Amino acid sequence: MATHAPPVEFALPQVLTYPASTPPFLVAQGAEGRLYKTTHITSSRPCALKYRPSKSYRHPILDARLTKARIQAEAKVLDRCCREGVPVPAVYALDAGGGWLMMEWVDGVPVRQGINVWLGERPEDDAVPDAEVADETPLVDLMNRIGEAVGALHRTGVIHGDLTTSNMMLRPWAGGQSNGVSGEDGEKKKAVGGDVILIDFGLATQSVADEDRAVDLYVLERAFASTHPRAERLFTHVLEAYKQAYKKAPSVIHKLEDVRMRGRKKSMLG
Amino acid sequence: MDTTKKKRRIALGCEGSANKLGIGIIAHDPVTNEPTVLSNVRHTFVSPPGTGFLPKDTAQHHRAFFVRVAKQALANAGVRPSELDCICYTRGPGMGAPLTSVAVAARTLALLWGKELVGVNHCVGHIEMGRAITGAANPVVLYVSGGNTQVIAYAEQRYRIFGEALDIAVGNCLDRFARTLEISNDPAPGYNIEQLAKKGGRVLLDLPYAVKGMDCSFSGILTRADELAAVMKAGGRGPDGETFTQADLCFSLQETVFAMLVEITERAMAHVGSNQVLIVGGVGCNERLQEMMGAMAAERGGSVYATDERFCIDNGIMIAHAGLLAYETGFKTLLEESTCTQRFRTDEVFVKWRK
Ligand SMILES: Nc1ncnc2c1ncn2[C@@H]1O[C@H](COP(=O)(O)OP(=O)(O)O)[C@@H](O)[C@H]1O
Ligand SMILES: [Mg+2]
Repeated sequence: MATHAPPVEFALPQVLTYPASTPPFLVAQGAEGRLYKTTHITSSRPCALKYRPSKSYRHPILDARLTKARIQAEAKVLDRCCREGVPVPAVYALDAGGGWLMMEWVDGVPVRQGINVWLGERPEDDAVPDAEVADETPLVDLMNRIGEAVGALHRTGVIHGDLTTSNMMLRPWAGGQSNGVSGEDGEKKKAVGGDVILIDFGLATQSVADEDRAVDLYVLERAFASTHPRAERLFTHVLEAYKQAYKKAPSVIHKLEDVRMRGRKKSMLG
Repeated sequence: MDTTKKKRRIALGCEGSANKLGIGIIAHDPVTNEPTVLSNVRHTFVSPPGTGFLPKDTAQHHRAFFVRVAKQALANAGVRPSELDCICYTRGPGMGAPLTSVAVAARTLALLWGKELVGVNHCVGHIEMGRAITGAANPVVLYVSGGNTQVIAYAEQRYRIFGEALDIAVGNCLDRFARTLEISNDPAPGYNIEQLAKKGGRVLLDLPYAVKGMDCSFSGILTRADELAAVMKAGGRGPDGETFTQADLCFSLQETVFAMLVEITERAMAHVGSNQVLIVGGVGCNERLQEMMGAMAAERGGSVYATDERFCIDNGIMIAHAGLLAYETGFKTLLEESTCTQRFRTDEVFVKWRK
């Protein structure tokens, strides 16, 4: 999985080759970028440096255009979200031509990982009796927090463009919230606890069209179903919380129906 | 030993969901389950330049050629009908009329020879054949054809769709652009675009790049490419005052849409933590796409698996192979249920033969 650090053998972006008190640590090789943990200004302030190396498979003109546009879009959107109170990391610095963006470090793990810990290693059977699943409240709560975060995002006129459970972090609550519960149950509960922070805005755009928001939700819905098939039925809670958090949600959800139909129909015709 | 006496299992597969009629015969080894291709015959309906293939004409083609292709497949395999275990056919997805004409023919064979029928999902056929030929055990699959664009990964007995085209399929985009340019559909419009693109590359025309997470869309690109083609035909110049040719248009179109496909595949690989990628479907024959995918996979420390036109382009052998895999787990399609469906999602199939 993308969470354990691959061996550092990649060329560093120039900014990370200067002497510093904290050596850069390669946290993840994500979809497009590499994410380093380092520090900013003082050695006690961790930060994330996202580097988009050029992609040799792409035509150089297209590659330069996309890299630059995405760093700029990501910085611009993060900035806007920060100002409007959407839970995202703050931007510290960037160099679009150089292909990097430096931002606030978010503690915790991606939501995908938290959900997988919660779901655990159950037999890979399609028919797990629901009664076996004891109390789903902590997972449902997480679904609600995801819906709230996406609602807040759309309220500000931002489309994420790549909503998945890998592109949201779970920042642990101070002190943890599994007081009283110990052992495996406590661990599981803790795994899905924390604030949802949205990350990875490289494909983000600003738009107030319901259609774009609906596609954003559709991307999340499908990513969720394929990544966590066993929790798929809980996705409705995301949409419910989205409705609570965002006034114009009903018309977006209406559009979502159209988008679902289109995706299913067109992609399947010979 | 007794096992040597165990018979190999043999299936005949019939495919006709689009403009290719394919019949193939496969054998699975009784001990190792190793598949062997005994025959793989195909006949393609080619429409004149500037036109696409219509359901009615395509179905007519399949009906006219079915007996010839089936006899050829049996002859090439050196197999008698009595040796077959089952008859497999494409249940969908695809075009209604061609699907139906091939299903009727498959039913006829099953009744004639007294064999079980097995209805197969076309996409699953591509995936299983790709895995069998390349040996890729658990890859992220990019399925790209005239009707489909999907990024797929296996999890918990289903091929899950991680990303797909939100509007038209990539192959459809290429085919329609070939029609705009009125270039030949023989052997395939996409093939001729690829050959033209090899002569282009002086300029990269700016086309809209539309990726949304692991999904993408192609209709905006096609619209823009069509506009540029009209400008070219009228003797005009590009947005930066450059002159450009058909070849430059094909080159720019390929560079843009393939970059999108590689990007969504890479995103799925990062998401599921895999570094193998398998390309299947007709567009998967494109060498430029294979080359780009290979470069991406190499950067991730992995590799790309692709097959040649025999298996990439729609064929009967993949239907035989996937059908036989299902048949071996006890699956069969009753005569009265042996229908076709234009829409049949890859993730609807319960993949009982994998762990
Ligand atoms: N600000 C951050 N703080 C801590 N970890 C982060 C931060 N941003 C990203 N990550 C980690 O790095 C991974 C990849 O980052 P992401 O922005 O999603 O890049 P990519 O476009 O390559 O997917 C994330 O899944 C997450 O684990
Ligand atoms: Mg990401």
